[in-house]
Amino acid sequence: MKILYFAWLRSRIGVPSETVEPPADVTTAGALVEWLKTRSPQHAEALANSKVVKVAVNQEHVPYDHPVSPTDEVALFPPVTGG
Amino acid sequence: MAIRVQADDFDVGAEYAAFTAGRTSIGGVAMFVGLVRDVAGGEAVSAMTLEHYPGMTERQLETIESEARRRWPLDDVLVIHRHGRLEPGDRIVMVATASAHRDAAFESCRFLMDWLKTKAPFWKLEATPGGERWVDAKDSDDAAAARWAE
Repeated sequence: MKILYFAWLRSRIGVPSETVEPPADVTTAGALVEWLKTRSPQHAEALANSKVVKVAVNQEHVPYDHPVSPTDEVALFPPVTGG
Repeated sequence: MAIRVQADDFDVGAEYAAFTAGRTSIGGVAMFVGLVRDVAGGEAVSAMTLEHYPGMTERQLETIESEARRRWPLDDVLVIHRHGRLEPGDRIVMVATASAHRDAAFESCRFLMDWLKTKAPFWKLEATPGGERWVDAKDSDDAAAARWAE
């Protein structure tokens, strides 16, 4: 599964993207965020407040109960601030 | 229809001219141009860097445009959004809407900006005397977008 990070999530975690193989019981966006927290102290710190961690699956905004699968492109980012 | 995400500046007059050229069914055009301010939250801002998510940005802007066209009778829509490093006074975004009548043009232009601010994946990093800081999303932007809920 390809994971992309943007803005301060990218700078705190330290990489713009990574390819991961979460366990089979990680089937939703929310479960994926929880599992990613276990990868490093940087992940845990950056992803601590789920209110400011938004998720897109295959480039569409999704809620935390949205399903994820190994072939998805999943992006994690703070609330957007364009315009 | 045109959605453009680019690092380069744009010429508002030239964009307007191209947008309306030969389109005699258009009765009015509404335009919004967003600029980089030199102060935010009481601190001086010397530069702003806009990060975005290539691919998703274009996809979201296209979705927003489709939604505007579904809600209002529009002759055309133009959205240009820049990314990269910008300085105070620089143009960030331009939205133009064309319709036979002004209400559709005004309302859809505002709708596009309100939705864009909460859905298009851009993030602003400001350079201030105290260092660089990521801009926080505003509750007022969420409220502005929520007004358009059907």
